[in-house]
Amino acid sequence: MIKLRVNDLDIEVEEGLTVLQACEKAGAEIPRFCYHEKLSIAGNCRMCLVEMEKSAKPIASCAMPAADGMVIKTNTEKVEKARKGVMEFLLANHPLDCPVCDQGGECDLQDQSMFYGIDKSRFKENKRYVPEKYMGPLIKTQMTRCIHCTRCIRFATEVAGVPELGAIGRGEDMQITTYLEKSMKSELSANVIDLCPVGALTSKPYVFEARPWELKKTETIDVMDAVGSNIRVDTYGWEVKRVLPRINEDINEEWISNKTRYACDGLKNQRLDTPYFKENNKLKEVSWSRAYEILKDKIKNTVSEKIAGITGDLTNMETMYSVKEFFDKILKSKYLDSRSEDIFLNLSDRENYLFNSSINGIEESDLIILIGTNPRFEATMLNARIRKSYLNNKTKIYSFGNAGDLTYDYEIIDNTTTELNNIFEKKGDLYQVLKNSKSPLIIFGESFMKLKSAYYIFEKCKSFFKEHENNYTNDWKPINILSKNASSVGSYDLRIIYTEDGYSTVLKKINNNEFDIIFLFGQDNINFKKNNEFVVYIGSHGDNGADMADLILPSPAYTEQDGHFVNLEGKIQKAYKASYPTGSSKEEWEIINNISEILVNKTLFKDKDYLLDSMKNYLKLNASAKYNFHPNLNLVKENIFIDDIDYYYSNVVARASKTMRECRDAMIETKKTGTEG
Amino acid sequence: MSLKKVSKEQPDKFEFSKENLILAEKLIQKYPKEKKQSAVMPLLYLIQKQNDNWIPLVAMKYLAKYLNMPYIKVYEVATFYSMYNLAPVGNYFVQVCTTTPCMIRGAYKIIEACKEKISSKENELSKNKKCSWIEVECLGACINAPMMQINNDYYEDLDKDKALKIFEKILNDEKPEPGSYRGRKNSEPENNRTTLMDLNNA
Repeated sequence: MIKLRVNDLDIEVEEGLTVLQACEKAGAEIPRFCYHEKLSIAGNCRMCLVEMEKSAKPIASCAMPAADGMVIKTNTEKVEKARKGVMEFLLANHPLDCPVCDQGGECDLQDQSMFYGIDKSRFKENKRYVPEKYMGPLIKTQMTRCIHCTRCIRFATEVAGVPELGAIGRGEDMQITTYLEKSMKSELSANVIDLCPVGALTSKPYVFEARPWELKKTETIDVMDAVGSNIRVDTYGWEVKRVLPRINEDINEEWISNKTRYACDGLKNQRLDTPYFKENNKLKEVSWSRAYEILKDKIKNTVSEKIAGITGDLTNMETMYSVKEFFDKILKSKYLDSRSEDIFLNLSDRENYLFNSSINGIEESDLIILIGTNPRFEATMLNARIRKSYLNNKTKIYSFGNAGDLTYDYEIIDNTTTELNNIFEKKGDLYQVLKNSKSPLIIFGESFMKLKSAYYIFEKCKSFFKEHENNYTNDWKPINILSKNASSVGSYDLRIIYTEDGYSTVLKKINNNEFDIIFLFGQDNINFKKNNEFVVYIGSHGDNGADMADLILPSPAYTEQDGHFVNLEGKIQKAYKASYPTGSSKEEWEIINNISEILVNKTLFKDKDYLLDSMKNYLKLNASAKYNFHPNLNLVKENIFIDDIDYYYSNVVARASKTMRECRDAMIETKKTGTEG
Repeated sequence: MSLKKVSKEQPDKFEFSKENLILAEKLIQKYPKEKKQSAVMPLLYLIQKQNDNWIPLVAMKYLAKYLNMPYIKVYEVATFYSMYNLAPVGNYFVQVCTTTPCMIRGAYKIIEACKEKISSKENELSKNKKCSWIEVECLGACINAPMMQINNDYYEDLDKDKALKIFEKILNDEKPEPGSYRGRKNSEPENNRTTLMDLNNA
């Protein structure tokens, strides 16, 4: 611990902090532009000047390490004069276009010039003009406003791992640009918009849409992947205007992926607003009561074994629980599943389907083995953590199969199951590496779970680590499953799964056309040849599911209702209602209540609170429930393929979004022109 | 000084010549093994020497791959330093110093001469494509101000007429004599005074 004095206040701080951090601990606020907690220190904006005893000149507090016995003053006249001087220089070339600047109202420069700005400019020369740069479909540039803090460059190089931004030229003529103005090819690129302290980098899709003070802010959870990033949804009336990250050090730190941020315009397109019924191959609008009647007739004329249901990738737990109750108690069918792909699951223990080491745990690991997963596209924020670990600990990373550019170096291993099995049989080079590792991480992806020997290898892996338990600290959990969808882990907790051998029996039967009625609850990623099935689609967007459906019942999207999600680590989080659903759509549990009332004259749930209580009860009781299945006990020689992921088109909201389409086009374009060199 | 313009006409290919490849390896060895990116500056200079005194974009890409670093980092360095030329320059590359001492002694007269004789704008080739000129910062020969550099030689103690004569020569592909144009040897004092001893009030 270091003792120092800030503004006549004695404080003690840990070693390794900067003067700026120490001052913050002492409660003295320091203005800054270039300094950012999560990025390396640049020290080039000079706004954080403070006075230090025995130093003739003021010091840049962000770049000065705190030392024992320092006497710092942050509120003297000298400091204020110095900061005013810096501000005058920053404003010398900054245009006076706040009224037409999108950053207005949340601009660091604007805010700080209220304290340190001078009302008149002494700068009589011509102001600098910098041409606009192209940085892809998400980032709008207005580089004349740039104050050269280099936060964006540091972010792209350090966090995103795509060193594409740079500062060219020098002095007054310095310009921030991508290499020859190519689109930034990172899934995290839009975070530079939040980082930019001025209006130089602003959001292209959000350009001139609204002012920050007009927006209603709702803190909620993202559903684009299973990470469960914490977000803030800004709405103007009904419309979701933008999505911003919220700080959660355990999950997304303070970044979000471009999909999380920009898929929100998909909430405006392709929406289902009223029930539809397909007659003579044509969808026709019907009233809710008519829709229920049609459904009632169908269900009454079908035996329960012929009814199946699949829940979707964005479905919240309330919906899934009500669906489960509906299938158990009203339809009396067991054929309900949440998987749209035939992946293996062993629900006998929660550790079998969670990311056990937690996202924070990645930072402590010294060895990561990826098995059948491409974390960059399956869980972007998690990949950023792997990169962080790679940079900080020089973590060694191996992958079975080529996962493409993951923003860090990794070694590709022969992608056969026998090769993988060899490690746990204590053979081969990788075993030697694994043996010597103090904190290894094995990450199994869903592509691995599709294999026939998934159970065999997974159990082998478990017993291997059981044997080597003593190598690791007590709470170290090396085995991790990386789920792709926001609803996955929640649905496993709720046991929305029907299986005989671990794989999805429902999917098999659907593909064999064994059902008469199929319910799709927001499920759009399923593909099967339709025969004579009556497909009921309950969801928010007109996409694959609605395309197949004979009856469509509209329900709200993820920003339009309260609901719980469990992220891949098993953390339960609540998403809040930020805007209103379209047309006459009803929340899924209400629809189910109505159907059951029509079918059996009794509602399932009194209200949403009742639903929530009984769901929580179920989760508590279910923790010890038995899970019976007959897995394949043998090792099969097969190849571990990493599924291609159409990153910007992975769910209904993204597919309905114009911005995502532009991103996808830009990505395809870069691949075509081969800017890799 | 304004931002350097990158040439619009770019070659498709660049590779180090055999001799330069050996030289490049030698240069890299001057730096720690894991920090070989540090060699980017001497190697850019090497490229410039090989490629008629300017650095094309393909060469930057080539170098980035050669040193295993992001393209943008090479680009940053190349645009930062004024002595890397990013567009073709003439066989005779005239650099006129216009920093304070030279400016006081009439450097802008030489610029006028450049504009009259070579081309009306900086970084533009002369009519016979042999010559181009540029304003630069201090070349460290202030005592012989005003001065200019043509390729590897310094031409000192100039005025407009002398500069015009020099340009006349280089435009005709003749090499003018380098050094002082007022008959000085290096930077010796004029009027033969070698010490201050013989001055009364020194």
